[in-house]
Amino acid sequence: MSAIDLPHYLIVSALLFCLGLLGVIVRRNVLIIYMSLELMLNAGNLALAAASRFNNNLNGQIMVFFIITVAAAEVAVGLALIVALYRRRQTTHVEDLATLKL
Amino acid sequence: MNENLPWIILFLPLLAAVLIGLFGQKEPRTSAALSVAAVVAAFFCSVVLWTGTLGDMVGDNADQAARHFVSFESAFTWLQVGRLYVPFAVTVDPLSMVMLLVVTGVGSLIHIYSVAYMRGDRGYVRFFGCMSFFTFSMLGVVLSNNFLQMFIFWELVGVSSYLLIGYWYERPSAADAAKKAFLTNRLGDFGFLAGIIMVWAAAGTLNFGLLENDFIINPTKVGTLGGLLIFCGAVGKSAQFPLHVWLPDAMEGPTPVSALIHAATMVAAGVYMICRVFFIFDPVAQTVIAAVGGFTALLAALIAVQQNDIKRILAYSTLSQLGYMVMAAGLSDRAIDHMHQPAAIFHLATHACFKALLFLGAGSVIHALSQEQDIWKMGRLRDKMPVTALTFLLGTLALCGLPPLSGFYSKEAILAAAYTESPVLFGIGVVVAFFTTFYMFRLVLVVFGGRAKSNLPSHAHESPRLMTYPLAALAIASVIAGGLGIQHFVDRQFIMDPTHIWIPPWWLDLFVHNGWASALPQMQEELIEPFKAAPVPVLWGLGAILCGFLAAWGLYRNAASDPLPESLPAICRVLRNKFYFDELYAWLIAHTQDAMARFAGLFDDHFLAGGVRFVSGSTELLGRGLRLVQSGNLQTYAFLTAAGIALALYFMLRS
Repeated sequence: MSAIDLPHYLIVSALLFCLGLLGVIVRRNVLIIYMSLELMLNAGNLALAAASRFNNNLNGQIMVFFIITVAAAEVAVGLALIVALYRRRQTTHVEDLATLKL
Repeated sequence: MNENLPWIILFLPLLAAVLIGLFGQKEPRTSAALSVAAVVAAFFCSVVLWTGTLGDMVGDNADQAARHFVSFESAFTWLQVGRLYVPFAVTVDPLSMVMLLVVTGVGSLIHIYSVAYMRGDRGYVRFFGCMSFFTFSMLGVVLSNNFLQMFIFWELVGVSSYLLIGYWYERPSAADAAKKAFLTNRLGDFGFLAGIIMVWAAAGTLNFGLLENDFIINPTKVGTLGGLLIFCGAVGKSAQFPLHVWLPDAMEGPTPVSALIHAATMVAAGVYMICRVFFIFDPVAQTVIAAVGGFTALLAALIAVQQNDIKRILAYSTLSQLGYMVMAAGLSDRAIDHMHQPAAIFHLATHACFKALLFLGAGSVIHALSQEQDIWKMGRLRDKMPVTALTFLLGTLALCGLPPLSGFYSKEAILAAAYTESPVLFGIGVVVAFFTTFYMFRLVLVVFGGRAKSNLPSHAHESPRLMTYPLAALAIASVIAGGLGIQHFVDRQFIMDPTHIWIPPWWLDLFVHNGWASALPQMQEELIEPFKAAPVPVLWGLGAILCGFLAAWGLYRNAASDPLPESLPAICRVLRNKFYFDELYAWLIAHTQDAMARFAGLFDDHFLAGGVRFVSGSTELLGRGLRLVQSGNLQTYAFLTAAGIALALYFMLRS
């Protein structure tokens, strides 16, 4: 039985990414879409960390740290927006959020 | 010779015009003085330049074989685009020398006269600014050494003429006349420009000297059409048929303007241009030029017979004399190397003197009679205005061509040319001479002789000295200009045959070496030359003058109103209405414009509008289609983005 190699990690990462994308496209609830977006980000993180590990340098891992930091900030802003939207519209469904005007 | 002198002559009037325009508004007297000083200084520089060239004409360094005994050009590059090289240059040769002296000399006297004539006018400063600007433009035309530079100054002359005709712009008639003059000239200039382009396409240069060398080898380079297009420019500027209609209307300008621009200089520019580029015209074009000139001379002389406005009579007389000049310029038999352009230039120079004199005399009369211009309200002015009357009479005699006044020599030179080249044109020339004498003596007898025909002449008084002195100076010039051998001076420029022996004018001896002893016999020779060289035309010419004078004397000696309309009502009505040319043109223009507007309308409705509607319609349709995509649905966008990226990745990674 062969060892787990870089391609395996990358395939898992791609699958995770596609799942996230599917969630963004098909789910109606903004919160779920948001979670799917996080999934896509972490799929990227996985690919970077794996590449870093197999290439024997730390560049990818440093990149992952940055992404985690930015994602945390993004979650804070995004959730605040969703809360604001919900207060205004009493809904979190994207079909009801099709206009720029509130 | 000083190379800078022509540049100084050219730019002095411009300097005056700029100074007057910038600082003159509050200083009418200084402005007038500046303008007069500039043109007088230019005249003196021209005289210095002229005497400077005389040494080169004879003596050791005179190259008899050279066609231009002295011709220098001073140039700097102004424009170079590909094959087109246009310098800004001044050229001095006999032809431009004569024109320089005429323009600055006659111009000086007219400027001085204007100081008194225009006094008290509201636009005094503007008037002198424009006059200086005109002088600059005219000198530019004269000194140009290539077509493009000449064309630019040609247009500047047109602009300053427009400004001066419309000087009293608050009068609608003056504004209309200015517009008419400008637009009519534009018509001729359009042809001129097309001709210039043809010449450039054919010869690859616009320089007169280089063109001349080209055309001597191959005279039919631009064909008849090119020559006629160039001639169009002269038709407009020199007011030849069929573009003659602007000149009489241009009399709406102040009288000194009529004298300077519409008698002595600007209208002569066309004749000058024909002579400057005489080599371009092939025999057919020359025949057309001569015929147009002859026809204009006859037409204008006939119309002048029944005009009653003192300035309009002179305007038609100018037209008629310009016709003479153009006729002479066209009458050249290149086959036997016999050019008659010197006769045209000769008549141009003498005509500038006596026609300026006549206009200034008319101005003096108008000034004395509180702006009255109808000759049938004048009469018996010779008692009140002796100087004006005497100088006017001298000008009239010179114009009619009474020996030994200047007009006789120049007119006989033209009649003799016509006599050898074309019997028909000679006949026209004699008839024109008859009518010229007739209408001029009609004018003189009615204005200065007979009885006073209204109470205006009793209040008349002689004009101030500032006006009568220029009249006297011009009268002297009109008397003596015929004996100066102007035609011999410019002769050599038009001789193609290098073996031709050039007869210099008699005064050359006087200036250069021999003194009076040999100059005097030559002068006498010069004075009796027409009688010896061409006795038949002289006899015909003198006979025409005598008949014209007798007819005028019989009809108008004591007339209180014009007797002709009663005896010949139909003809007089036609003549009084100038052969209905204005009406004909108005009708023609109205109808052609109508037809063209209708055609343009159809074109616009059916062709252009279709294209415009197609463009707007297809844009709108595309917009409608694209609007469907903009649903605002977040997930549609996300899907489309993902699909786009997938597609891009597929195409990029496929290989």
